[in-house]
Amino acid sequence: MMYFSRLQTWLILGVCALGVLLSLPNLLPKPASWVPWRAINLGLDLKGGSYLLLEVDMNAVIKERLDSMADSARQSFRRAGIPRFLVTAQQAQNRITVRVEDPTKIAQAMGLLRELSTAQPGQRPDLEFEQAPDGLITVTLSPIGLRERATAAVGQSIEIVRRRIDETGVVDPVITRQGEARIVVQLPGVEDPNRIKQLLGKTARMTFRLTDESANISQAVPPPGVDFLTLEGRGGGRIAVRRRIEVDGANLIDARAGQDTRNSQWVVNFTFDSVGTRRFAEISRANVGRPFAIVLDDKVISAPVINEPIVGGRGQISGNFTAASANELAILLRAGALPAPLTVIEERTVGPELGADAIRAGALAIGVGFVLVLAYMAVFYGLFGWFANVAMIANLVLMIAILSLMEATLTLPGMAGILLTLGLSVDANILINERIREEVIAGRSPLNAMQHGYSRAFSTILDSNATGFLSHVMLFTFGAGPVRGFAITITVGILTSMFTATVVARLLMVRWYARNRPQALPV
Amino acid sequence: MFIRPLFRIVPDNTNYKFMKGRYLGLIVSAFLSTASVILFFHPGLHLGIDFAGGIVMEIRTPGPADIPALKHGLAQKGLGEPAMQRFGDDNAVMIRLGPQPTEAENQKMITRVRESLEATAPGTRIVRTDAVGAAVSGELFRDGMIALGVSMLMILIYIWFRFEWQFAVGAVITLILDITKAIGFLAITGLDFDLVMVGAILSILGYSTNDKVVVYDRMRENLRRYKTMPLRDLIDLSINETLNRTVGTSMTIFLASVPLVIFASGTSLAGFAWMNLFGVIVGTSSSIFIAAPILLFLGENRLRRDAQAHAKPADAPAAQ
Repeated sequence: MMYFSRLQTWLILGVCALGVLLSLPNLLPKPASWVPWRAINLGLDLKGGSYLLLEVDMNAVIKERLDSMADSARQSFRRAGIPRFLVTAQQAQNRITVRVEDPTKIAQAMGLLRELSTAQPGQRPDLEFEQAPDGLITVTLSPIGLRERATAAVGQSIEIVRRRIDETGVVDPVITRQGEARIVVQLPGVEDPNRIKQLLGKTARMTFRLTDESANISQAVPPPGVDFLTLEGRGGGRIAVRRRIEVDGANLIDARAGQDTRNSQWVVNFTFDSVGTRRFAEISRANVGRPFAIVLDDKVISAPVINEPIVGGRGQISGNFTAASANELAILLRAGALPAPLTVIEERTVGPELGADAIRAGALAIGVGFVLVLAYMAVFYGLFGWFANVAMIANLVLMIAILSLMEATLTLPGMAGILLTLGLSVDANILINERIREEVIAGRSPLNAMQHGYSRAFSTILDSNATGFLSHVMLFTFGAGPVRGFAITITVGILTSMFTATVVARLLMVRWYARNRPQALPV
Repeated sequence: MFIRPLFRIVPDNTNYKFMKGRYLGLIVSAFLSTASVILFFHPGLHLGIDFAGGIVMEIRTPGPADIPALKHGLAQKGLGEPAMQRFGDDNAVMIRLGPQPTEAENQKMITRVRESLEATAPGTRIVRTDAVGAAVSGELFRDGMIALGVSMLMILIYIWFRFEWQFAVGAVITLILDITKAIGFLAITGLDFDLVMVGAILSILGYSTNDKVVVYDRMRENLRRYKTMPLRDLIDLSINETLNRTVGTSMTIFLASVPLVIFASGTSLAGFAWMNLFGVIVGTSSSIFIAAPILLFLGENRLRRDAQAHAKPADAPAAQ
C-alpha cells in the first residue's frame, strides 16, 4: 500500500500531465484545424442566449395525413369509376371511413385503399384495414404508422427550423430533437428571441390557387371545393378561393425581398423550379384576365389579376409589405414550409450581461472557496494537509480534463458543483489523516500508521462517495436544463477525487517518507 | 503551518456524553420536523417557475425603477396584478406572471409585457426571460420528484447492503428527518422550490449520508473491538473518536458553501446556496444527535449479534 514502483509513479504523474494537457483547450485557441481540441462549452445561462423548446403539433400532422389519404382515396375511386361513395376523415379515431354504395365494388375499393399504405413490403404495416358486416371500411393509422409520421414530421421540422434560423445569421445555433414531438433550439448570444419566435411561429405554407368569382361570399358556408379566406391588409374582408392547389410553394427555388421599380413599394420576388414554371405558365395562359390568389397559411396575401401568361417562372408578390415583413416572407419562402405548426412551450433567455454577472459570481465563489479550503487543510493538517491540497488541485485539473473530453456544458449550477467538489474531495484526505493520527496515537510506527490509515479509511471513503455518486447520477438522468450541469460536474468530481485523494496524495506521502525517513509523523 | 497542524478543531480524547442528551436531541428534531410538515401544508412551498409554470422576467430600467408606474402599465395591458419585486440595485426588477392556460398565451403575455415596458419606461432592457408552459412544468415536477425518490431508494438499498439493518433504519429515519427540515426551511424562507433546489436537496442527502457512514463505520468497528462495553458508552466513544472527522469533513463543505451564499446572492443560485449551507449544518448535527440515539433504541443485543454475523473479510483487521 505504501510503495509505488517506478512504473506506477510515472503512470500517476502521466495521468496528471494528461489532465493538464486535456484542460489546455479551455485556455488556448485552437492551434491548427487538424488538432483535436475539445473544450467545455459554456451554458446559455453563462454566455447569454436563448433556449426554446418547441412542440410539433401532432394533431395537425395526423389531420394532414388523414386528409391527404381521404383525398387520394376519392381521386382513385373516381379514376376507377366507382360510383357513389363517401369518404370521411375521423381525426379523433386516427382513421378514415369509406362507404361504397355498390356492394360489388367494395372489394375493388378495398384494393385501391391498400395502395394508400406507405410501408415497404416486409415492413410492419402503417395502416390497419377493417371491414364491417354492413360494408363500411375503416382505415386506421396504426401506432407504428403514427410514430413514423411523428418522426418524419419532427425530422422535417428540424430541417426547416435550421434553415430559417441560418437565414437570421445567429452564430452556432444548436437544434436537436427531444423526445417524440419536441425540438430544442439553443441560440447563443440572442438576447431577444422575438424575431426568431415569429419566424418559427408560422408554418409558411404558400399555395397559388384560382379564385372563384361565382361564389357568393356573404353565404355562411362555402360551396364544395371552395374556401372563404381572409384577405390580408386593406381592411380584411373575405375572398372565395378554390381549394385546388395549382402550384405549391414547395416549387419555389428562390425568394428575395425587393422594391418595385415603379412605386418603390416593398415586394417579394420569387423564382419557380422547372415543374413550378411549367405549371404556372399553363395556369396563367388559361386564366388571363382572371385573379388568382397567393395563399399563405390560410390567408390570402395578394390576389392579383393575371395580365399576361407568365412563362419565365418568375413572379412578384406585392402586399402591404414593409422592408421587414417582405424580408421575413422571403426567408420563410426560401426555407420552406413546416409540416405542422410549432409552439414554444418553454423559453429561457438570458442577456449576455446577466451571463457575465453569473460567471463573475461563480468564479469568485470558486476562488474564495478554494482558498478557504486550502487554508483550512493547511492550518488543521499541516504537511499532510498540503498533500491533500495538491491532490485537490490535481482533482480540479482532472475534472476539467474529463469535462472537456465530454465537451460537457458548464452552467451556473455546474460552477456550484465544482466548488462543492473541492470541498468534498478533501473529505477523503481528512478521513485518512485522522485515521493515521489515531494509529500513531495507538502506538504504531510511522509507516505502519500510514498503511493502516489508508487501508482502513478506504471503505469509509468508498461508502460515502458511492451514495453521493448514485444520487447525482439520478439527478442527471431525470433533471433538465442547468441542473444537469450541476449533476455532471459533481459526478465527474466524485470519480476523479477517488483517484486523487487516495492515489495522488498517497504518492506524495510515500515520496516524502522515503526521502526523509522521519521518526514521527507530523499529525 | 507547513509541517505540523496548527490547531485541532476538537481536542483529542474528548468524552462528551452525547447519549445523555438523546431524548433532547430527538425531541428537538421531532418538533422541528413536525413543524416543517405543518409548514409544508400551510403556508406550503413556493413553487418556482420550473414546477409551477408561468413567466419570470428580469428587467433593468434606465433609471431607478418606478414600480407603481410599471405595475399600472402592465395592468393597462390587461395583465392583471403581476408580482413585481426589486432586488439588488435600484433599477433591477423581477416580474412574475402566473401560468397561462396554454403555451401560446404564455408567449403572447411576454410580448405584451415587452410592449407595456416599452411604453411605461422606454429603454428598459429585459435581461432574463423564463417562460414555462403548463405541460412542461408538470413534467419537470414529476421528473424532479422521481430523481428525489429514486435517489433516496438507492441510498437506502446501498446502506442496507453495506451495513446491518439497524444502521440502515437509523440512517433512513435520520435522512427523512433531515429532508423534512429542509422542506420546512424552504417554507419559512419562501425560497423557490425548483429543479436547482432538488439538486441542493440531493446534495444534502449526499453529505448527510456521508456523515452517517463515517460515524456508523466506527461504531461497527468498536462493536467488534469492545465486546462487553455497554452500547450507550460505545456509541458515545465512537462519536467522540470521530468528532474530528465528522466536524472536519463538514467544515470543508461548509467553507465551500459560504462563498457561494455570499457571491451568488444576485443570481439564480441564491436559493441553492442557502439550502446547501442549511443542509450541511443539519446533516452534521443529525449524525450525532439523531442517527446515533436511534441505534441505541434499536437495542444492544441485536446489534452486537448482527454485527458479528455480518463481519466481512474486508473488515477483518478491525477485529484484532
